[in-house]
Amino acid sequence: MWPEEIHRELSAAGVRVVGYVPDAGHKRLIELCQADKKMRAVVLTTEEEGIGLAAGAWLGGEKSVLLMQSSGVGNVVNVLGMVRECRFPLVTLVTMRGEQGEFNPWQVPMGQAVRPVLEAMGTVVHAPASADDIVPTVNAALRLAYNSYASVAVLIPQRVIGIKSFQEQAAK
Amino acid sequence: MKRRDVVKALLKKRGELLVIAGLGSTAWDITAAGDSPLSFPLWGAMGQAAMIGLGLALAQPKRRVLVITGDGEMLMGMGSLATIGVQQPPNLTVVVIDNQRYGETGMQETHTAHGIDLNGVARACGLKVVEYKDLAGAIHQDRGPHFAAIKVDAEKIPLVLPPREGALLKARFRRALLGAEADSA
Repeated sequence: MWPEEIHRELSAAGVRVVGYVPDAGHKRLIELCQADKKMRAVVLTTEEEGIGLAAGAWLGGEKSVLLMQSSGVGNVVNVLGMVRECRFPLVTLVTMRGEQGEFNPWQVPMGQAVRPVLEAMGTVVHAPASADDIVPTVNAALRLAYNSYASVAVLIPQRVIGIKSFQEQAAK
Repeated sequence: MKRRDVVKALLKKRGELLVIAGLGSTAWDITAAGDSPLSFPLWGAMGQAAMIGLGLALAQPKRRVLVITGDGEMLMGMGSLATIGVQQPPNLTVVVIDNQRYGETGMQETHTAHGIDLNGVARACGLKVVEYKDLAGAIHQDRGPHFAAIKVDAEKIPLVLPPREGALLKARFRRALLGAEADSA
């Protein structure tokens, strides 16, 4: 299962701080991070807070990761300016909505704007094409961010998360 | 009270204190009190000062962290008080220098000029609200998280600017805190 494997990658990379705004697609990974005594899972009121959290953690010498849904990308835009200006390393794992088979039309505008918005703010976007590709991509994102002081987002495709209806989402 | 007097007093015996300042007037205030590599003055990212303080406090549990920011900056990141309230970092203090104005944009009134009570918000979010006279103890030794919004005069005073370049401010902070090995971490 990819959430377990992502958690192993985060753990192996020495990630200590995990900021998140919950998303159904991140449910399992959030639980794994909460249960990990070496990680501090921090629930946020808005995704923007996770950028400040990650910046502060890096000032203090710790690595972090930020978990959000695609709608959250719109909430972090201005603060990504700080990430770029300061060259803070940042890894953001984005579960996508508004892609293939979306049932909620309100998710589509932001979902479709995720890549251009992130790229406009200087974040490198990795989009794994299949479930098998997610974990190697997260591994590469961690290395790019922390070896090269880059902001890197991994877009986990909606097809992989596989939510097709409200009923299915509520049941997850 | 005068904002520069308040901030100078808070930073007078700062020792190993780690300091984050919100953009605008509070960044100038901490610089007027004496620039330090262990200060991280923001020039942007409005609303994130308290969250940067939280990240730093979690990463450095043995050090004390002080966030000094303005009322407008704190209002933009008010949700972060709820986030700090959940995490309860014992080593974090957030001080709001409250002149009830947006100082950099023409001294327009903020919400606090209309009775919105940041101390009340912080208290409701589970932070320990302390009075000005008790701040030194709160910042340096008592178990936090602490919060204080201090009313100051709305005055236009000379700018005292810290270095502008973000990457420099980050690198000097990490080097001073973590040692030269931070450069190649």
